[in-house]
This record gives sequence, structure tokens and C-alpha cells, in this order.
Amino acid sequence: MTRPTVATAVAGPRRRPSLDRVWPPVAFGILALVLWELVVTFSGVPAFLLPAPSAIAAQVVAAFPTILATAAVTGGNALVGLVVGFVMGVGLALLAARSRIVSELATPLVSAAAAVPIVALAPVFTTMFGSTTEVPRRLVVSVVVVVPVFVSTARGLAQVTPVHHDLMTALAATPGQFARFVRLPGAVPYIMTGLRLAAPASVIAAIVAEYFGGLQNGLGSRITSAAANTAYARAWAFVVASIILGLLFYLAGLLAERIVTRTPTRREP
Amino acid sequence: MNAVELTGVGKTFDTGARGPVHALSGIELRVEPGEFVSLIGPSGCGKSTLLRVVADLEQPSCGSVVVGGKSARQARLDQDYGIAFQQAGLLEWRTVVANVELPLHVHGVAKAERRARAAELLALVGLAEFAALRPSQLSGGMQQRVAIARSLATRPKLLLMDEPFGALDEMTRERMQAELLRIADETGAAVLFVTHSIPEAVVLSDRVVVMSPRPGRITDVIDGRRPRSGSGPAGRGVDGALPDSALPDSALPDSALPDSVLADEDVDGVRESAEFFAAVTEVREALRKGSA
Repeated sequence: MTRPTVATAVAGPRRRPSLDRVWPPVAFGILALVLWELVVTFSGVPAFLLPAPSAIAAQVVAAFPTILATAAVTGGNALVGLVVGFVMGVGLALLAARSRIVSELATPLVSAAAAVPIVALAPVFTTMFGSTTEVPRRLVVSVVVVVPVFVSTARGLAQVTPVHHDLMTALAATPGQFARFVRLPGAVPYIMTGLRLAAPASVIAAIVAEYFGGLQNGLGSRITSAAANTAYARAWAFVVASIILGLLFYLAGLLAERIVTRTPTRREP
Repeated sequence: MNAVELTGVGKTFDTGARGPVHALSGIELRVEPGEFVSLIGPSGCGKSTLLRVVADLEQPSCGSVVVGGKSARQARLDQDYGIAFQQAGLLEWRTVVANVELPLHVHGVAKAERRARAAELLALVGLAEFAALRPSQLSGGMQQRVAIARSLATRPKLLLMDEPFGALDEMTRERMQAELLRIADETGAAVLFVTHSIPEAVVLSDRVVVMSPRPGRITDVIDGRRPRSGSGPAGRGVDGALPDSALPDSALPDSALPDSVLADEDVDGVRESAEFFAAVTEVREALRKGSA
């Protein structure tokens, strides 16, 4: 009954500021593209150094079906890795919150995973699993994703107020019920923040993992092969696709966070 | 059988370098069924610790704690008491009605049954129309009423309350006191109530237990001025619950209430009576003597 009033109250004042915030970067981006085009056309910058935006756009149009197919492969790898890493990160953090032994074992392990450069992992995984499978790329993504998800989930699970702790003890709740009724729901905003941070990182990891051999069906491998064949505008076209894919993941993560942590407005009149 | 029976209870906190702190020492206290007992004293007198010992949230260093004829631990596991803290401690991700249901949810009561019970309790604290809201949409006083409704969910024979009105303004506080008296009257539950307000202790209690710090001990017990409805809980043989006939209805029908309901005027009458001021003076002097 109060939902519509809450929704309109929120949507009304929020819409205009967000539009105000959107147009300056858009205008700046267009201006930069125009400037880039003019500089390349009139100063005679060689194409291998910097192709003109119009040349890149032409390549995007020409190679559009390929771009779509390769973006789907890379995006698929990123998504699978993201889901696996997310589930692992949340699960591990839950176990760590419940048992001190798991916590003491997992925390340094995850910190170590944070320090592992993906460029080091990717070639090793590729040789381990062979070059005819997507598994090594997905694994690389999972390793990258697990870290922010684990860290922020663990932080969220630790945010239990003393009064909630006392309450659940007084209610004779089991550790499982404590997790289900208090710890986990309380940690949801933190978990979603972890997901938002991990989503764009998963795309980066999926692309970089392709630079180290294996199947030649993703955006990363197309960028390297186009560049190797001196098809610079074509390489840039795949870079543009990578940027868009990363943005899509970022926005999806942001949207998921907004939807899940949408809190009702304070104190109804 | 007493609602609470404490014999020789002591509690020592080991603070390490600064040596042990004697939070409680030689506590002897009995709370009868249906009795309202307040614990009052300056900060650090151990009144909250004492309540937490009864709730089995702290373990006593010595002495025996019997709650409704059981060990404190067993009473907690059997959900024999309801508890309310100074903070309402509601879960923001649950609606108001789901917060009231929480104790029943934890103990596996079927959804329809616990929803009905929660609706009945929200009606009891006058918040029926706020059932679907989130806790943060309520004022502080309303949140505390939800917490009290939650503490009643399992129909406990004993209510433990740790300064539940401590954070409320004076007017809200007086209204809540009248409401708590009415609830205690209707449910026939014994109440152990921690406060640092002398008038609050006097108007609510059958007995006011005065405590003093270092070590936390009971220095005096003074009769309070608790107003009662005509019949009183002892004469009704209530098992700490509203009549079961009220259960299936989503709202509490007026007919389910006992004939003589404790009115706000009765409570206000007490607050303005000479006996009330005499008891307030008595408690104040006992507190002063204890801290001297």
C-alpha cells in the first residue's frame, strides 16, 4: 500500500541529477573522438601508431558478426568464471565465519590468490588443461573473482551487532540458524559490493587469459592476431568490443547491487 | 515454583592486568510467578549482568540460578523466557510482522500459525496496521513495542527486560510503561526489569530491588506501587498467555480480553498518588545509602 508512494518519492528527485551527471562525460567523449579524428587526418599519424576513429568504426561494421561471436565466447568465459568464483567466495567466507580453523586457513590463501598475477597463472593453466578447452580461462577468472567476493562477504558476515548476537543466543538458535536469519541477510549488501567489484575484473581476466595460447575464438586472441597481422584498425575494433563487454559486466553488477540493496525510505509520515 | 530463584550468585570478570572485577556478589533473589521485579542501581552495579545471568547470556562464577525450576541453560533452550534489550534489535531485512515471528520461525512453527500469533501480538501492542513495514520506517518507541511483541511470541512465563525504555523520551516512556503493565497483567507473566529510573521502577514493580556497585550486590528491597486490574493475574490462573481462542483470528478481538483491563488512568492515578512519591523517596534514600 505504501510501495507506490515510496517509489515515486524516490524516482522523482533522483532522475534529474542522474541526467545532469550523464551528459558531461558523453559530451566530453564525443569531443575527444572528433579531436582524435581531426588529429589523425591532418597530422598524418601513421595507422600502426593510431588509426582514426572512422577507420575503427568501419572495421567494427565489417567484422561485426565475428566481433559478436568472439565477444560471446569471452563473455561466456567471464560469466562462468564469475559465477563459480562468486559461489566459492561466498561459500568460503561462510565457512570461515563459522569455524576459526577454516578462517585461519582460508584468509591467507585468499590473500595469496589476490597477489597471484593472472599473467603468471594463465600459461600454467593452459598447459595443464590443454589448448582445446575453455576450462583454463574460466579457472583464471574464478581465481580473480574469488578474492573481492570473499573479502567483502567476510567483512559483511562480521558485521553482527552485539544485540543481535544476544537475541539469537537467547532464542537458542543453532549456528546454522544464526547464519540464515542474521549473518547472511546482514551481509547481503557487502556480498553485492563484492560482486560489483568482481564483475568488470572477470572480463579483464577472461581477455588476458586468452593472450597465452589455447583456443583462438575470443576477443583477446583476435586482438593479438589482428595486431600481429598489422591490421591495427581491426585490432582496435576488438578493443572497442572488449571495452563494451567490460562496461556491460560493470553495469550488470551495479544494477544487481542496486536492486538487492534497495532500502525503503526512512520513517513514513 | 518461583519464576526465578538466585542463591549466592557471584560473577567475576577477569580483566587481566587490572585484576578481577567483582560484578556480582552474594545475590539472593526470588521472583514469584506473575510478579514484577525491577533492578535499580547506579551504572556498574551489575544489574544488567544479573539479568544476563538469568538469561544464560553470562555464566555465574558461583551460586545457583534456577529459572522456572530448571537450570538457566535449560530454560533458555526451552524458550521459557522472552527478552527485550535497550536497543530494539530488529532485523532490518524482515518486515515488522516477520520480526515478531522470529522466535517462532527459529523454532520451526508453521508459517500460518506464527503469522497468526504475530498478528495477534502486533494488535496487543497497537501496531497491527504497521505489520508490512520495515523496522526503519517506525519511530524508536514503535520499534521497541515491536521488540516487546517479539519477546512475547513464545508465550513465556518470564519476561527479561534490560532498560527497554532507556532510549525513549519521557512521554513515550510513560505510555510504554502503561502498556507494559497492561501486557504483564493480561499475560500473567513474571517480569524482571532493569532500569535506572526511580519513578519507572516504582510505578511498574511489585518489588524494587536496589543494588550498589563494587561489588554489585543487593542492598535493599522496597515495595513498588504497581497498579493492577480488578482480578489480577494470580486469580486468573493464566498460563502466561492470551486465551487460546484468540489464536486463529488475525486481529485480537476485544471480547478475548479479560473483563477488567488495566486502564491508562489507573497508571496515571498511581503516578500522582502520595504512596507513589513516598515509595520514590524510599528508593532514592536506599540508593543513596547504598552508594555511600
